[in-house]
Parts: sequence; C-alpha cells; structure tokens
Amino acid sequence: MLGRESNGALLAVENLTKHFVVRRGALGWSTGVVRAVDAVSFDIPAGSTLGLVGESGCGKTTTSKLILALETPTAGSIRFEGREVSALDREGRRAYRRAVQAVFQDPYASLDPRMRVGAVIAEPLVINADLDAAGRRRRVAELLDVVGLPERAATLYPHEFSGGQRQRIAIARALALSPKLVVLDEPVSALDVSIRAQILNLLVELQQRLGVSYLFIAHDLAAVAHMSRTIAVMYLGKIVEIGDADAIALEPKHPYTKALFAAALPIDLDRPREEITLSGEVPSPLAPPSGCRFHPRCPFAMPHCATEEPALRPESGRLVACHLY
Amino acid sequence: MSSVIDVRDLRTHIVTRWGTIKAVDGVSFALGEAETLGLVGESGSGKSMTCLSLVRLVPRPAARIVGGEVRLDGEDLLAKSDAEMQQIRGRKVAMILQDPMSSLNPVFSIGMQMREPLAMYHRLRGAAVTARAAELLAAVRIPSPETRLRAFPHQLSGGMRQRVVGAMAIAGPPRLLIADEPTTSLDLTIQAQYLGLLKELQQRHRFAMIFVTHNLGIVARTCDRVAVMYAGRIVEIGPVRRIFTEPAHPYTRALLESIPRFGARRERLTAIAGQPPDLASLGAGCAFAPRCPAAFERCATAPSETAIAPGHATRCWLHARA
Ligand SMILES: Nc1ncnc2c1ncn2[C@@H]1O[C@H](COP(=O)(O)OP(=O)(O)O)[C@@H](O)[C@H]1O
Ligand SMILES: Nc1ncnc2c1ncn2[C@@H]1O[C@H](COP(=O)(O)OP(=O)(O)O)[C@@H](O)[C@H]1O
Ligand code: SF4
Ligand code: SF4
Ligand SMILES: [Mg+2]
Ligand SMILES: [Mg+2]
Repeated sequence: MLGRESNGALLAVENLTKHFVVRRGALGWSTGVVRAVDAVSFDIPAGSTLGLVGESGCGKTTTSKLILALETPTAGSIRFEGREVSALDREGRRAYRRAVQAVFQDPYASLDPRMRVGAVIAEPLVINADLDAAGRRRRVAELLDVVGLPERAATLYPHEFSGGQRQRIAIARALALSPKLVVLDEPVSALDVSIRAQILNLLVELQQRLGVSYLFIAHDLAAVAHMSRTIAVMYLGKIVEIGDADAIALEPKHPYTKALFAAALPIDLDRPREEITLSGEVPSPLAPPSGCRFHPRCPFAMPHCATEEPALRPESGRLVACHLY
Repeated sequence: MSSVIDVRDLRTHIVTRWGTIKAVDGVSFALGEAETLGLVGESGSGKSMTCLSLVRLVPRPAARIVGGEVRLDGEDLLAKSDAEMQQIRGRKVAMILQDPMSSLNPVFSIGMQMREPLAMYHRLRGAAVTARAAELLAAVRIPSPETRLRAFPHQLSGGMRQRVVGAMAIAGPPRLLIADEPTTSLDLTIQAQYLGLLKELQQRHRFAMIFVTHNLGIVARTCDRVAVMYAGRIVEIGPVRRIFTEPAHPYTRALLESIPRFGARRERLTAIAGQPPDLASLGAGCAFAPRCPAAFERCATAPSETAIAPGHATRCWLHARA
C-alpha cells in the first residue's frame, strides 16, 4: 500500500532529510547547502523490497548511508522494528548495525585485495559473533554455499574472481550476521549483462529463503521493477512518485518517471511505451528550481509549477507529486 | 544500394603475456547511407577493437590488424598510407568514445580544440573558423555557443562534453560515425536526449553509424541492424526486428531472456550460466559451447556463418545446413 504502512514495517523512514554544507566558488569563501535528501518518507515491510530509482546525484546513496548510520540525518526519523534509531543506546546501535548490511556497486573496491576471501567474509563474525575459529570456518563455508561459490573459494584472493563472483562474495559477507535489511546500492550496475541475471536471481532466492528485506537502488527501472514490491522515484532529493512496482512500471504517472523509461527495452516493438525526451540537464542541487523541482525540464509544465511545490498525493493507487493530478 | 562501409573478414590480433588473442576474428558486415548498426556483446568481446580496427587505431605494437578488408565507399582503408588515413579520420570517419575526455584536451578551450581540425581538414581561416565552430555547437544544441567556445572542458557537464565531441565528429560531415558506448557514462534522460540528437544529425547528413552499447533498449530504439559479438566474432547479425523477435543464436536468445522487462513479470530471470570467455584460452570449437544449453558434439569445431533469412545470419551449428 503506497509504501506507507507504518505499523508493522521493518523500517519506517519519515521526512528524512540530509543537508550538506559545501564551499562554493574557486576560493571557497562562500558556502551553500546541498539538499541531498529532502523530507523523504517510505516504509520497508519485513521480507519485502523497496526499489529506489533516479539519476545520479538525486540522493539515493545518501539515503542509503543515512539508513546504514554512516551519515547523520539533518532532520527526520528512521524507525527500525518500531524503535527510533537515533534514540538507541550503545548496545541498541550495535544490534542495529548488525541487522542492517550493505552491498555496493563496485565489487572491486569493496573487498580488501590483501585478504583471502574466507577472511573477508569472516571479518564481521570476528567482531560481532560468539564463534570460535572452527565455528567461523563452518559459517564461511555455509555462506559461500548460499551464494553459489565452492568452499575452496575461501582460500583465494578477490582478484582471482570475476566481477560477478566478487559480487557474490560481497553478498556472502553482507549476510554473515543474518541481517534483517540489506541495502543494495547499484549491485549489478558494474556487471556484464550476461551476469546480471545470475545475481538478481540469487538476491530474489536469498530473500525467499531468509526473509531478508532489501532497499534496492539502481538507475535501471526494469531491474528495479523486477526486484521490488514498491518503487520510489527520486528527483533532486525528493520522492516524486512512490507506490506499487507493477502499477508504476506499467503506467508511470509523473512526467519524470515516464522519461526514465526511455532506456528500457519495450516488451513489444510495435507498441512502444509513451516516451518523453527531456530537454536540459539536471539542475545543481545547490540551487534547486523553485516550485516543482522538475519544472525547467518538464514538457507539461504549467505557470504555477514554477511557484507552487506539488505535494505527494494519491493518484491511481500510488502517490505522485505533480500538479497534473 | 551500395554500401558506405563494407567490412570483410576483419582480423585483429593482440600479443599479450598470456599468448596471442584473436580480439577480432573474422568480422564482416556492411552498412548503407543513414543506416545504423548496433554492436552488442559483453565486455571483452571485441567491440572496441573492431571499431579501432576500422580506423586503424589499434593499440600498437601489441595489436595488429592481420587480415581482411575495410571498404569505405569502395576504397580499402587497410591499403591506405598513414597520411591518407589521417585525412580520412579527420573528414570521412568520425568516432565518439565513451569518455568524452579522451577526445578533449583539458588545457585548451573548446574553441581552440575545434579550430585545429577545421583549419587542417576544411581549410577555414580566421573568423570563418570561429563561425563554423559556433555553428557546429549550435547543431548539437549547446546553448549560447559563442560563449561556450571560450569554456574549458572541466567547466561543462558530462552530457555537454559529449555534445562537444559530437559537434567535432559531424564537422566533416563524416560518411561513417562510430559511437563506442557514447552514453554509458551519462544519466538515462541525458542518454535519451543524446541519442535523439545523433539520430537527427544522421537524418541530416546521411552518415552510416555504428553504435556500440550493451543496452538492448537503446538498440531497439536507434538501430536498423544488430550485430551480436561473442569472443571476437559476430555470432548473429540481422535486422533489429528479427533479432528481437526471432533470435537464432543461443547466446542472443539467452541475452534477451536475461534482461528484466516491464509487464512480463517473472520470479526468475533466465540467467546465462558460467562466465564470459577468456580470449587468451579459447578452444577450437564454438566459443559459447561451455555456456550453451544446446551444445552438442559438432560444437567442438567452430561453426561458420550461415544465412537464415535475407540480411540475417548466424554462426551456430543448429542453423548450419547439412
Ligand atoms: N559528503 C558530501 N558532501 C557534499 N555533498 C554531498 C556529499 N555526499 C553527497 N553529496 C551530494 O548530494 C547529492 C546526492 O548525492 P548521492 O546521494 O550520492 O546521489 P546518488 O546516489 O543518487 O547518485 C549530490 O549532489 C552529491 O554531490
Ligand atoms: N591494449 C590491449 N592490450 C591487450 N589486450 C587488449 C587491449 N585492449 C583490449 N584487449 C583485449 O582484447 C579483447 C577485446 O577487447 P575490446 O575490443 O576492448 O572489448 P569490448 O569493447 O567488447 O569490451 C579483450 O579480451 C581485451 O582484454
Ligand atoms: S508539477 Fe508541473 S512541472 Fe512538475 S512534473 Fe508536474 S506538470 Fe511537470
Ligand atoms: S554452435 Fe553449438 S555451442 Fe555454439 S551456440 Fe550453436 S549450439 Fe551452442
Ligand atoms: Mg549513488
Ligand atoms: Mg569497449
């Protein structure tokens, strides 16, 4: 339901906001504020996937870092299993960090090249789990099996694996502490097309088997639609459309969501989707446009779009922030 | 219709520490005026090396074109002198690469770098050079072109830089435009804009275009023909519609089935098993055999190309005539 089912959600994000103060100008004398994430709200139920899409710079990674507690919110709340994360005590925060794990885009950068794969996967276990060396070895073998790698992979180094296999290693490591939520920030973007389906299938299978929730971030709408129950589309720090993945994929409402579909392969070459080509570039988040942030590029912009910011309102079974509806 | 570009049995080898790689292994295709060929395949399959071979810019000394013909309007480019080839690259064949900064010099203004080829290949002088450069920037819809001529590459966004490269590419105007993943580093809506622009320029100048991408959605929207590369060879080539509706080669089929599509919701995608091939250790047979669900005894030898419909050919024993 519209990605806003606060009761019973594993993760509930409300009005989450992150501003970065940056220096501007060649000498850095003046400062500006990047509103990287601006009053974003969504829920992720247990065992479910929320897909987050939007062009680079729209705030996807910042959102994931806020959830991973790698950044501190400027405003807003993150509730996990009903508890406010910012109010957790030391022990509570440790438990939270164990329960929320991440897999990033670049499997080359995220794995220490000097560590054997077994040690890479066992690392979170050393600090966080009551396992002896033999117990850790067993757990590593189990995790390798879960992600479809042979047990002897533990003795090799990351560079001895292909990109797809390295992403499997990163997934095994993320699963080591049996997390309840895994943030997947562009997990297949760096992989070859023929390998992407393997990893997407693995992620779906793991979710079914382990009941883990995902925050799935990508700029490929088709991959996001395939993976997610709910999709949130971001533009310049704001959610412009959020709701049931199938509904949005089959009939996008916000003009920006429609434009994002341009790069996807149509099911039927004879019936291409309604397609919008945008003019202009994504404006600087330092000086977002007034009113609807999308108005300078929107082919449907009306006079009041430049002055009045549209709120997220229910429309055809999802929420859309656009004056057309 | 006579071909603008006619490539026959092109072969490029690269000498590496692990042995000699057949990066381009008998590639053939032809393209007419205003026609676009989409070149797809996973990374390392030889797409870039094919493009570089066409303009004889393979990384030497390791890489060498060892055979074949590349005919541009009937003339074999592989038989030209280096000086003739430089002229051809300046005027008749243009290239747009994935990273616009590999075509732009960071220390010169846009105007300065556009000026040189215009003076050299078009014999323009003085104010005429500046006027032409501004005109080209306007043609790729860069706002206030006169001002932009004074800008340096780092002052422009990625999308704008790629437009500048596009402006330089159409200066000829070329007979053939090779675009090697020109939009991969751009955002989706900017990609769509750029593709629209390239198609529009193609309509105006009627150049043939080779478009390298791994995005099949882009191929469906921009190309007339598609060539699917695997391990240095074109394993299937044909009209866009045929390739998407009746793919013949098991690799093409698997590729099409492995990408998620809207509205065709499935629990599982049909993944391609195994890993992309390592060109340094290829066997004698069909390179796709280790991953092919249909492989049989015959696949231990390499299949040759078989035509299965007008303009549609594949390299697979399943389609070979007995
Ligand atoms: N540490 C930071 N300091 C200043 N600005 C930042 C920082 N991190 C991100 N930003 C800015 O915030 C915006 C959102 O970035 P990001 O969340 O990485 O977007 P996405 O992941 O969607 O590409 C961008 O404009 C980016 O430049
Ligand atoms: N400079 C080089 N030296 C050695 N091998 C190279 C070089 N450039 C490319 N190759 C090899 O040639 C093959 C084809 O590469 P390339 O044409 O770049 O593939 P693609 O563009 O399809 O990704 C690959 O196996 C690659 O490793
Ligand atoms: S509010 Fe106006 S400018 Fe914004 S998306 Fe809707 S129509 Fe376009
Ligand atoms: S030749 Fe054999 S192995 Fe190769 S694609 Fe055809 S059936 Fe598969
Ligand atoms: Mg990001
Ligand atoms: Mg390449």
